[in-house]
Amino acid sequence: MTVALSGKEIAGQIEEKLPESITESGQDYLVVKPDSLLAVATFLKDTPGLDFNYLNFVTAIDYYDHFEVVYQLTSLEHNHSLVVKTRCYDRENPALPSVVSLWQGADFQEREIYDLMGIRFEGHPNMKRIFLWEGFQGHPLRKDYW
Amino acid sequence: MEVGGIRKYIYSDTELDQEEGQIIEELKANSQQIIPDPDEWLDEELEQNIFLTTVDAVINWGRRSSLWTAICFPACCAFEFIAANGPRFDLARFGMEILRASPRQADLMITAGTLTWKMAPNVSRIYNQMAEPKWVIAMGACAISGGIFASASYAVVPGYNHIIPVDVYVPGCPPRPEALIYGIQMLQKKIAKRRNIDIGKLIRK
Repeated sequence: MTVALSGKEIAGQIEEKLPESITESGQDYLVVKPDSLLAVATFLKDTPGLDFNYLNFVTAIDYYDHFEVVYQLTSLEHNHSLVVKTRCYDRENPALPSVVSLWQGADFQEREIYDLMGIRFEGHPNMKRIFLWEGFQGHPLRKDYW
Repeated sequence: MEVGGIRKYIYSDTELDQEEGQIIEELKANSQQIIPDPDEWLDEELEQNIFLTTVDAVINWGRRSSLWTAICFPACCAFEFIAANGPRFDLARFGMEILRASPRQADLMITAGTLTWKMAPNVSRIYNQMAEPKWVIAMGACAISGGIFASASYAVVPGYNHIIPVDVYVPGCPPRPEALIYGIQMLQKKIAKRRNIDIGKLIRK
């Protein structure tokens, strides 16, 4: 069974290397600042002992005042997992760094988030709609759509 | 518009996407009205002079006994159709066990499943490619009215009859294979009543 690592312990490890990159950490998750998302993701992927080499999924949630993007990471080597979240407070033109350069599996899922939630991922190789057609007005999974 | 060594098409991906978007928007704007059943248009003239000729009877018998189905299965109702086509329900009894991958060889379209606006131009194209005479069975709630997606969906076509004329509606979510077979029998009865030779036209000449 995959062991869910404690967000607090991992946050401590990250804070040593990358100070002021974590805003919040709990028993099973940690919240990262959008600016340092890519650095933290690289750290989690490349640090021996952590080796989060597999991205289970990326998804986004609309909380009216901010968007939360959730990354579920797993290490196939050590069989442990971690949930990384990041928040985006801009509603008009939300943007986050893309993690496609680290995990190829994020490609279509980031496009899906862009299509349905309207969050742009900077550095994504092909940032366009995936389900709906070009020219569709709005992003239907937002809670204020309609 | 330059064509480099890497590019596969003359148009870039963005241009193709925009073209697709335009086609979809155009189709959506043009299909806000429900298309009536084509045979209802004929009724008035038909009732005035009903002559069921022997030729008609033979042609209709041939047509209704070998309905070949075009493959148009966008969603889950397809599995009920596959069940109906399989050995247990055995659609071959009605002379239509053959599924045609090419719409040009088919005369019946069983629309099994939810249709999204992005898919709609392709379904319309398949229908247009089928040779006359052609019939359509709307199978399942989504095909009839959009089903559970009808009231609030931004992406689902509210019924195939916005895109193509439908002859027989088979309700259910999904319909049982028996229901589909009953629908096919209804269609066969409908085809049996069809007039192929226009007597009125011959007399006028």
